[in-house]
Amino acid sequence: MAIEVRIPTILRTHTGGNKTVDGSGDTLAALIDDLDSKHSGLKNRLVTEEGKLHRFVNVYVNDEDVRFTGALDTQVKDGDSVTILPAVAGGC
Amino acid sequence: MLRIDRATYDAIVAHARTDHPDEACGVVAGPEGTDRPERVIPMLNAARSPTFYEFDTADLLKLYRDLDDRDEWAVVVYHSHTATEAYPSRTDIGYASGPAADPRTHYVLVSTRHHGPQTGLADDEVEFRSYRIVDGEVSEEEVEIVETHLFGHTPTTVVYD
Repeated sequence: MAIEVRIPTILRTHTGGNKTVDGSGDTLAALIDDLDSKHSGLKNRLVTEEGKLHRFVNVYVNDEDVRFTGALDTQVKDGDSVTILPAVAGGC
Repeated sequence: MLRIDRATYDAIVAHARTDHPDEACGVVAGPEGTDRPERVIPMLNAARSPTFYEFDTADLLKLYRDLDDRDEWAVVVYHSHTATEAYPSRTDIGYASGPAADPRTHYVLVSTRHHGPQTGLADDEVEFRSYRIVDGEVSEEEVEIVETHLFGHTPTTVVYD
């Protein structure tokens, strides 16, 4: 078993065009490290230099937005489904 | 260039009028990898604001799962400005340049600042403009309105009752 991660269209350049990839880890941060070891460059797109999740990116563990569950410290486990999406917002 | 059919154009303008003075927002989905905006999906502006729009986080997840299941993507992301011109704001540019935002997206801006009464969509004063936004750079593109989408499809299936 692994954690299935859904990748947004533009980041599929890092995953050989794959819509979903598998990863492992106990937290979202560890999962992203694991993904980055197999799909180089992914972490830079998701995590800022300050080590925070990029504000224009939404990440969900199953149906929960990780902003409400501890961000990068969110616990993950085998069988979970993680979805990465662009935040869609703006204003005049 | 953004090529869009009349019905889709009208649906976006109608949505912007309906939600005025709040900003309206939504996407037009099309087959993934194509430039064909075919299915208008109006979204709720979770901010319900005349100066800001935001897809609700749960709605966003549902939307993208649905698109993924249909092998579609958001060809167009649209929103309205209700007191200013139909040009991307700094906030718009920031989000559109985010690391997970696809630069192949067409960003449609509609301005309802001079829109008239809702008596019809012809010859109104709603501005409808389209842009590409890549790494903070905005380039406006031509909008071609196709009167029927029939020409875009081959083969054409005619179903008789």
